[in-house]
Amino acid sequence: MEENKKANIICRCEEIEIDEIRKWINAGYTNFEELKRILRVGMGPCQGRGCRDIILRELSKATGKPVADLLPGVIRPPVKPVKAKLLAEDNE
Amino acid sequence: MTVKTADVIVVGGGVHGASTAYELAKAGVKVVLFEKEYLGSGGSGRSAAGLRQHFGTETNLHMAKYNLQVFPTLEEELDTGMSLEFTQWGYMWVAYADTVLAQLQKNVDLQRSLDIPSVMMKPDEVKARWPYLCMDGIIGVAFCGDDGHINPQTLTLSYGHAARRLGATVKTYCPVVKLLAENGKIKGVVTEDGEEWHAPRVLLSAGPWSTPLAATVGVDLPVYPERHNLLITEPVEVFDCPMVLCLDDGAYFKQCPNGTFMFGRDDQDEPHITESTNSAKFLEGVTKSVLKRIPALSGVRVVRQWSGPYDNTPDHNAIIDWTPVEGLLVDCGWSGHGLQFGPSGGRVCKELLMGEKPFVDLYRFRLSRFAENDLFFEPAFI
Ligand code: FES
Repeated sequence: MEENKKANIICRCEEIEIDEIRKWINAGYTNFEELKRILRVGMGPCQGRGCRDIILRELSKATGKPVADLLPGVIRPPVKPVKAKLLAEDNE
Repeated sequence: MTVKTADVIVVGGGVHGASTAYELAKAGVKVVLFEKEYLGSGGSGRSAAGLRQHFGTETNLHMAKYNLQVFPTLEEELDTGMSLEFTQWGYMWVAYADTVLAQLQKNVDLQRSLDIPSVMMKPDEVKARWPYLCMDGIIGVAFCGDDGHINPQTLTLSYGHAARRLGATVKTYCPVVKLLAENGKIKGVVTEDGEEWHAPRVLLSAGPWSTPLAATVGVDLPVYPERHNLLITEPVEVFDCPMVLCLDDGAYFKQCPNGTFMFGRDDQDEPHITESTNSAKFLEGVTKSVLKRIPALSGVRVVRQWSGPYDNTPDHNAIIDWTPVEGLLVDCGWSGHGLQFGPSGGRVCKELLMGEKPFVDLYRFRLSRFAENDLFFEPAFI
């Protein structure tokens, strides 16, 4: 797979590798909300589109819970990054 | 049902609950902390997390000074592997009116009398030092270069992580549904799963959620939630932009160490709710106001917006006091400036819970001040 070539970075926006993620899962942080806050995974410009599913699968493996039962964390608006200037103009 | 026991129960895993659990665990006390979601999920993790020594009362200044003594070495002390992203890029209060400037001057005089290195600066000095700020209409600022920023989420999580390592039990996703009291004394708590925990001393540090919990043992807290909003931009080149608070419309902004900018603005019309809902009105209003002061950011993209609840009191100051229920201590009602008081709040709560003399005189924080109509007036609140 192409992904494997680029070391093992899972969250490209914040450049977080799988080992780092597994380390914190092993330390007892078994939900996405906590990992996001410790590692910034899911906080990049893509808001986790690129990494959330892979991390949820890791969490599922670690906890034995199906992905559907895990809290996926919140995707915050704006859904796509918007230029600050455009937001300011909306108010005119 | 088996009842579990502890020396101290802490209800609420915001920064105050977590720092208190840490201080107690460090002192060898058997402490159990209950948090309804993850640590920092309430007001703490959602805070703008400015660190400042700009207050206008001695009580707050003594505690603020202690906070800034702790923060520089806290990451090392807690030693969790999480980065606290502490910076000291300064904190600026910008005056647009004479009365405001006069009050800032008074605050700064008091700060300097306590050896806090705040200064007043004139508009041309501001322009010379931060040429990218467009401060049309300002008449002066108060600035403290030792003040700064911290990551509120890793701060709270780190306190909890270190507390656990020292033997504290930290139970997340474990809401307390009621407190238990008997013959005027605190007895313990009941969790949502129906578990009962007993302890002779309980700290209630659940921000705006403290009020309904205190009511379960007949204690009336004048603490209510109020939603506040923030946004964050994509990262830009790091130029150490301090926290800038504009005292005309309450807008503020600062750069975070990863280059992103945080914008916020206070709004009296925000709903009194604990739910972290989003506001489109905020997004438009705040960008317009902030871009006026820092036009260089107009091409920058806004990545996220979120909100969190303040835990307001009638005088916008905290309550740190024993309640009429013996053994029940409260530390809540910080009204929007509580995150940065994690270190001093944890210390005084630990001191109270262990029967020691608090390092600061806590008289102004007492609960009875509301009934006595002797409010704690703090001239530097936002
Ligand atoms: S890949 Fe993780 S936030 Fe974008």
